Amino acid sequence: MSTSATSPVSAPPRSSTRPPVLEIGGLSVDYGVGDGAVRALHDVDLTLRRGEVLGLAGESGSGKSTLAYAVTRLLSPPGVITGGDVRYHPREGEPVDVLAMTPQELRAFRWQEVSIVFQGAMNSLNPVHTVRTQLTDVLKAHRPRMSREERTGRARELLSLVGISPDRLGAYPHQLSGGMRQRVMIAMALALEPEIVVMDEPTTALDVVMQRQILRQLVRLREELDFSVVFITHDISLLIEFSDRIAIMYGGRVVEQAGAADIYRDPRHPYSHGLLHSFPALHGPRRELTGIPGSPPDLRAMPSGCAFHPRCPKAFEPCGLRTPHLAPVTDTGTDTDTGRSVACWLNDDRRSGES
Amino acid sequence: MSEERSEEHPAPPPGRAAGPAGPTSGTGTGTGTGTGTDESVVLEAEGVSKHFPVRRGARALLGGERRAVHAVDDVSLRLRRGSVTALVGESGSGKSTVARLLAQLHPATAGEIRLDGRPVRAGRGRAFRAYCRHVQLIFQDPFASLNPVHTVRYHLTRALRIHGRAGSGAAELEKALAALLERVQLTPASRYLDAFPHELSGGQRQRVAIARAMAADPRVLLADEPVSMLDVSIRLGVLNLLRDLKERLDLAILYITHDIASARYFADETLVMYAGRMVEGGDSETVTQRPAHPYTRLLLASAPDPDRVTGSSGDGGTGEGGEGGGDPADPSASEPPSLISPPDGCRFHPRCPLAMERCRDRTPPRFDLDGGQWAACWLYDTSPDVPAPGDARTAGTGRGAAS
Repeated sequence: MSTSATSPVSAPPRSSTRPPVLEIGGLSVDYGVGDGAVRALHDVDLTLRRGEVLGLAGESGSGKSTLAYAVTRLLSPPGVITGGDVRYHPREGEPVDVLAMTPQELRAFRWQEVSIVFQGAMNSLNPVHTVRTQLTDVLKAHRPRMSREERTGRARELLSLVGISPDRLGAYPHQLSGGMRQRVMIAMALALEPEIVVMDEPTTALDVVMQRQILRQLVRLREELDFSVVFITHDISLLIEFSDRIAIMYGGRVVEQAGAADIYRDPRHPYSHGLLHSFPALHGPRRELTGIPGSPPDLRAMPSGCAFHPRCPKAFEPCGLRTPHLAPVTDTGTDTDTGRSVACWLNDDRRSGES
Repeated sequence: MSEERSEEHPAPPPGRAAGPAGPTSGTGTGTGTGTGTDESVVLEAEGVSKHFPVRRGARALLGGERRAVHAVDDVSLRLRRGSVTALVGESGSGKSTVARLLAQLHPATAGEIRLDGRPVRAGRGRAFRAYCRHVQLIFQDPFASLNPVHTVRYHLTRALRIHGRAGSGAAELEKALAALLERVQLTPASRYLDAFPHELSGGQRQRVAIARAMAADPRVLLADEPVSMLDVSIRLGVLNLLRDLKERLDLAILYITHDIASARYFADETLVMYAGRMVEGGDSETVTQRPAHPYTRLLLASAPDPDRVTGSSGDGGTGEGGEGGGDPADPSASEPPSLISPPDGCRFHPRCPLAMERCRDRTPPRFDLDGGQWAACWLYDTSPDVPAPGDARTAGTGRGAAS
């Protein structure tokens, strides 16, 4: 049954040359309306390219899950999208505006084009239904023409895709281990061969051995099926290993965005630097680590200017007054675009920003 | 099951007394610090097991089989004054059960827990409270361990009163409260005393939980994943606070975690648990840099490590090596065993890339290695009665890989 898994054989290396599949521009999200509104996302610009793994890192309250929900239009009240646009580029045809979709279009768009693996996915399976029922349910809703046998066949195929024996089709969620439940969730997300899979902390509840096993499987599936992944986690060392590009969020804004290796070698934003130095290293010399002083900002009382400045060791005069905007970083030596951007006054000579 | 128990139960004690298991205490700590050890050990567990009976249906009752979850089997550890011991393992390995056993929240099925060398078996009531004065537990989730309808003042006052440290009069109590908060770096105290838990951030809440534990002025702190629920940027702050308390108050700390990198950073000694048994132990630096047990190697190879991909050099590659343990393609593909009917012999053998014949039926004792490190793995058996030449060869490569 599997419709064309059109993996372009001669795909160029996953770099900035690949076409975008999802473009987010100036996205803002509020929780609540009127005076009590809390702004959870400020002007987020982000591009997901075809076939890449985009890592989204940040602390709780940084807006990374809100971003995932906003992009899939799953934000439930009191969450309100107050501005910006989200454009989805299908393989053929014109880009479509996700935020302008009618409920009917949305129903077709979700899962077919963008699927999501939720935080604590282990517990998002329905405990009173078998794996078979839950996997075929997706197909029943989106592919009404499929016969019962075809659906079961596809469900078996999906299970083996994620490395679970198809015999477990009749199992209830409580009969599976945490790792297996997580893989069932991933199988479900891949059921309709979407272009984009959003994973919101998919492995946080698992231990490291299982986590690595699942991520390795994901990387392999990505090679096979050529979908793009938005990978949300607070574990930046995991992202550096598994993603192509990383966007780091703080206080509802993207503060730095660059290739995974670039961020690791040379973080430009003091917050990225702090995050990277909050993880004790497994190898190399043991050094005294301090983490980042203070605690994440309260969205109800955001600091003025750069949200990070009260915790920033390098804060200087403009930081408390004006908010820096995400600006491309140019290589000082060669004056070429490095493909990375950062929102920090330290890196901005033009001093552009709102006062 | 009962056969296995009766078989292996007598085995460990003689092993500890004279056999190959002895060296753990003999060579590791005995030579230089033999007398010092006994003084510095505050809390110790010896051969402690905990089995949770599984509720049986009618059919099993008739069949007469008695099933239990073997959460912890034959665990021995020592917590020393002014030192942090890390207990590392994946979820379900029994590490939290060990903490609860040490805190006397569960009675042990077998074995002995000793405080200052005296066996304790605190029940409830006064004996339990007296024990709590010395041994305090910190839980993983500060969102759940503080009562949402009470203020910080209530939580701390109650702890002080229970342990008789509230002093007499309001002024003394106020002073004690301020001192507690200052100890966990929540200053000024007046800003936090009348706050409710929901008004505090995760890190501040965990600090309040630590302050509550410190209200008893304990000598042992059992920290069960104290930072895994916290944001990464503030984890180190809490760990550094615990280290500071350890140094200033000469506390013995048991640090339970699944993050072996943080164990390397924070703990003096690291113990690794797998499926209810201790598999390796030793100085943190040695265990993380030269892991001996195949499970520890798997754990280290699975931990996220940015150096692996970015290819920056350093001793990263040599620590794991490129051999079996370095690339866990095979062992990680399976899952930890059921603890209701754990595998015979070494519990890791179904996943172990270096498993030998006797790993299947004989439980390995602790074998002592250099520098106080030990591993419960047949690879390190140096006794002459090695059964087959094939096994010996496997063991040889294993040793090579380890060093």
